[in-house]
Amino acid sequence: MYNVADLKKGLKVEIDGAPWTITEFEFCKPGKGQALYRCKLKNLITGATMDRTYRSSDKGIEKADLDEREIYYSYKEGDVYVFSDAETYEELRISAETLGKQKYFLLEDSLCKVLLFKGKPVEVTLPVFIEKEITETEPGARGDTATNVLKPAKIDNGYEIAVPLFINQGDIVKIDTRTGEYVERVSKA
Amino acid sequence: MSKGLAKPDDLIRLESIKPNLIQKSRIIRELRNGLFNRGFIETDTPVLIKAPAPEDNINAPKTGDFFLRSSPELHMKRLVVAGYEKIFQIGSCFRAGEIGKFHNVEFTMLEWYETGKTYIDLIYFLKDLLLEVVTKTKGTSKVQFKNSKIDFAKGWKVFTVKEAFLKFTGITPEEAIAKNEFEILLTEKVEPNLPKGIPVILKDYPTSMAALSKINEKDNVAERWELYLGGIEIANAYSELTDYNEQKKRFKKVHKNREKNKLPAYPDDKEFFKCLEYGIASFAGCALGVDRLVMVLTNSESIKKVNYFTEF
Repeated sequence: MYNVADLKKGLKVEIDGAPWTITEFEFCKPGKGQALYRCKLKNLITGATMDRTYRSSDKGIEKADLDEREIYYSYKEGDVYVFSDAETYEELRISAETLGKQKYFLLEDSLCKVLLFKGKPVEVTLPVFIEKEITETEPGARGDTATNVLKPAKIDNGYEIAVPLFINQGDIVKIDTRTGEYVERVSKA
Repeated sequence: MSKGLAKPDDLIRLESIKPNLIQKSRIIRELRNGLFNRGFIETDTPVLIKAPAPEDNINAPKTGDFFLRSSPELHMKRLVVAGYEKIFQIGSCFRAGEIGKFHNVEFTMLEWYETGKTYIDLIYFLKDLLLEVVTKTKGTSKVQFKNSKIDFAKGWKVFTVKEAFLKFTGITPEEAIAKNEFEILLTEKVEPNLPKGIPVILKDYPTSMAALSKINEKDNVAERWELYLGGIEIANAYSELTDYNEQKKRFKKVHKNREKNKLPAYPDDKEFFKCLEYGIASFAGCALGVDRLVMVLTNSESIKKVNYFTEF
C-alpha cells in the first residue's frame, strides 16, 4: 500500500483490479487546505489513460502486484508464443494479443523482459534493435541514397515495413522494436 | 577560466536562470524599500524554533529537538504585543513534503504586521506596494504571465469565497467542505476561472478555515483573504485573532486533528499565549510567497526557475 504522499511519476498502482502507471504527477495545495496529488495514469494492459486527484486525507493506494522476469523466446504454437524463464527455465505462454506488433520481431533464443501482473504477462520488452531480411520489395533505385523517401517492404513473417528506395530484396536491415520502424541497412543482398 | 572541459549541466542551468535571479534580487530590494518607506522595521526572528504555529495541513520539518519554522508568525506576533507596531521579515520558511511547480520545502516568505489595521486595509496597502514594486522592477505596470497580461495599475477584483464558489462550482463553500471537496473544487473549478488580467482577492473564508484570523460574527465568516495573480495563490492575510480563549480553543482542535491524522505533535508556544492573555490591540498581518511573486513577474513556469538551488 502506498501512502497518498508517496505518489510520484513512474509509480505502478492497482486501481479497480487493474495495473496503472503514473505518467504525470503534480502536487498542489490550495490555501491552508489539504494537499492534492494530481495524477495522470495509464493502464498497463489496455493503454487507456485517466486523470485522478488524490487528497491527503484519502487512504492509501494499492501497490500493483508486478514482477519483471527475463525470458527467452522459444517457439510459436498457433496464436501462442512460448518463452522460457531465464532463471527457472519454466515455460511461459504469451498470447499474440499481449505481444501486439512485437510478435513480428521475436527471434529464437533472444532475451526479453516480461512484466507480470498477478502472475499474468501484461507487457513484453524485446531487445531494442533486431536484424531481419527483406523478403519482398520493389527493386531498389540504384544510386538513390535518400533516406527520407520510403517504399513498402515485407520481412519473412509478413510484417510490412517502410524502407528507403535503395533497399533491395535480400538486404538485411536493422529494425527498432519499440516503434517497428526501419533504422538502417546492415548488409546488402 | 575554461580548461576545455564540457560544462557541467548544473552550471548551464544556473546560467539559464540568471535573468530571473537578477530580477528576484531587485524585487526583494523594492519590497524592502517599499516597507521601509512606509515606516516598517525589518525583524529577524528564529528559523529554528520550539513550537510551530499549529496548522492541520502544514508540517514544519523536525530537526533534533527543534523544528524549522513553517512561518515566523508566532514570534512576530509577540513583537507586536511588545509594541513593535509595524514590522516585516523576509526569510526562509520550511514545509515538509511540499514539492511541486509552485512548492518547495524551503521557500522565501515576506510577512508583515501592522497594528490598528484590518484585513481590508491590507488589500489597499498591498495593491499600492505591488504597483510600486512592479513599476520599479519592470518599468511598466503590466506583466506578461503565461497567456495573460496582468495590469497592477487597474482596480483589483474582489470575490468573497462564497461568491466565487457559487459562480464557478454552483455550491456554497460550506457544502463543499461537508463533501470534503473544498480543495478539489477550489483548484479545479475556481482558480482556473478567476480573471487573469488583474490581481484577484478571494476573501471571507468559512469559519472552519479561519486558522489564526478573526471571525466576523455578523456575517459568520473569517476575516481572511488570499491574493491570486494569474490564477496562482500568492499571499494570505488576516485581521488577526486577539482573543486568548478562542485561540486556545482553535489550537487545541488543531492538536487533536493532527493527532487523529498521525501528524507530528507540536508543543504549545507558551510565551505566545502569555502575550494574548496580557492583551493585544487589534492588528492585521499578511504572508506573501516571494518565490511565487517572482515567478509571475519573470513569467517562470516553475519555482525551480527562480531559485539558485532547490534541494528537492
